Amino acid sequence: MDDFIINALLAGIALALVAGPLGCVVVWRRMAYFGDTLAHAALLGVALAVSAKLLPQVGVALVGIGLAVLLFWLEKQREISTDTLLGILSHSALALGLIVLSIIQRESSGIDLMAYLFGDILAINRSELGWMYLGVVAILLAWWKLWPGLLSISVHEDLARTDGVPVAALRFAFMLMLALVIAVAINVVGILLVTALLIIPAASARLFSSTPVQMVLLSMLFATLSVISGLGSSLQWDVPAGPMIVVMAALVFFVAHLAGYMRLASKY
Amino acid sequence: MKPARMKPDLMQPLDINSEPLLSASGIGYRIAGRQILNDIGLELLPNTIVTLIGPNGAGKTTLIRLLLGLLPAQAGRIKRKPGLRVGYVPQRVTIDDTMPLRVRDFLHLGGHYSEAEMRQLLDEVEAVHVFETPIQRISGGELQRVLLARALLKKPELLVLDEPAQGVDVIGQQALYKLIGDIRDRHACAVLMISHDLHLVMAATDTVICLNTHVCCTGHPEDVSAHPEYLKIFGGTLEGLAVYSHHHDHEHDIHGDVIDDTADTAAGEHQHTHGCGHTH
Repeated sequence: MDDFIINALLAGIALALVAGPLGCVVVWRRMAYFGDTLAHAALLGVALAVSAKLLPQVGVALVGIGLAVLLFWLEKQREISTDTLLGILSHSALALGLIVLSIIQRESSGIDLMAYLFGDILAINRSELGWMYLGVVAILLAWWKLWPGLLSISVHEDLARTDGVPVAALRFAFMLMLALVIAVAINVVGILLVTALLIIPAASARLFSSTPVQMVLLSMLFATLSVISGLGSSLQWDVPAGPMIVVMAALVFFVAHLAGYMRLASKY
Repeated sequence: MKPARMKPDLMQPLDINSEPLLSASGIGYRIAGRQILNDIGLELLPNTIVTLIGPNGAGKTTLIRLLLGLLPAQAGRIKRKPGLRVGYVPQRVTIDDTMPLRVRDFLHLGGHYSEAEMRQLLDEVEAVHVFETPIQRISGGELQRVLLARALLKKPELLVLDEPAQGVDVIGQQALYKLIGDIRDRHACAVLMISHDLHLVMAATDTVICLNTHVCCTGHPEDVSAHPEYLKIFGGTLEGLAVYSHHHDHEHDIHGDVIDDTADTAAGEHQHTHGCGHTH
């Protein structure tokens, strides 16, 4: 196998290992729109990083963290709901990102917008892979530490609070973890499709799980399957890899749904 | 005229010398300029059952959330016994269907309990048959029992129950209140609960606090049920609509009237302080 294919596989699997578990919490806590907002803001991160000659992932992570702080602070008021706040943040960050990009491109035309929008997994090199794995290990370590609390606040925040779980701190920590995942994912599936890899494998996993741990493990498995089959079919038919990975994840979801119905039907 | 304060001697403590588990004074709370609670004082003694009654919008849930520290206090003082162990059953718990969770997993969230412990407490609340069932598939009554078991696993000194009988039919409600009384005896814990229905909780409660933004009246259930302030709030609805208002959903217009009333008085007329100076 060629080097670039191995790198792509390793990158995809790294992303799948964190997208699965975090995706479960996103699904449980109905945070899909928050994921989208982070992803849209990522374009601003890329643009700022490029203009500051930093690694794009660093820019994405920093803007994501900034966004999480801003949202956390804005949520303290009650007059405007969270989804409206997210809409405001998402689109203003995207617009700002486009403006910064246009300024950069006026001076030098070296930035490939499509690569950031849809990912460019086959172009990932060794050093980028190293950074990705560093991020993934950090996220998994945080996950390991925070899992009982994250589960507890996903089930019921008030009960968690009376159990002494630091609800606000955990919510914030999870936002930061998501920002990191988006930074990791940007090379693989791109800004526009990153939320898909968070929620689709988790949604598929729900259909076969009766405990939270099962759902987390299955979503890791489904995400990994989507990455491998998506990458394979992209090479086979010469179509873009990022979108193909998402299509495969969706295929798994619909097949899983169908299997669920069949199983239910066979009981009667 | 100052609103009524609950005096400790009204609590009918089983042990006169026991320190209160929790005491509060001068509690006030506003949401968006509306006074939800005004100068509330109360004291919870060990091994006593205290019931909060009052119309919708009276601030009952807000008050217990303040006492539990789930809401930041705005005015007044709340003193909890240091290291107080509290078991809490919130109002209208629903677990989202996206969360795959069996009853046993749910119980396990509160701490590291052995399977034997969890089964034993479920057995005590007569819900051991749902141990392996997904929590979204059990009935309202079963869920309340599971929540009780979860609270009891903490070996609480104080059990706080926000409308424990909601979503439970009448016969189930009586059984549930009897169970709560039994739990107090077996676990030697104090109970603070919210109820809409004084007559159902009467047998199982030591003290009733009638709340409508302020403390209207307080005392033994028999005394409170004859108190003019209590009758002013509940008396009218008891006459013709007793069956309807007691045995069905409580969210109806009967109480809706009272909400409007509260809103009006909160707007500044303060009629609610009339006749409130006298406590039993």
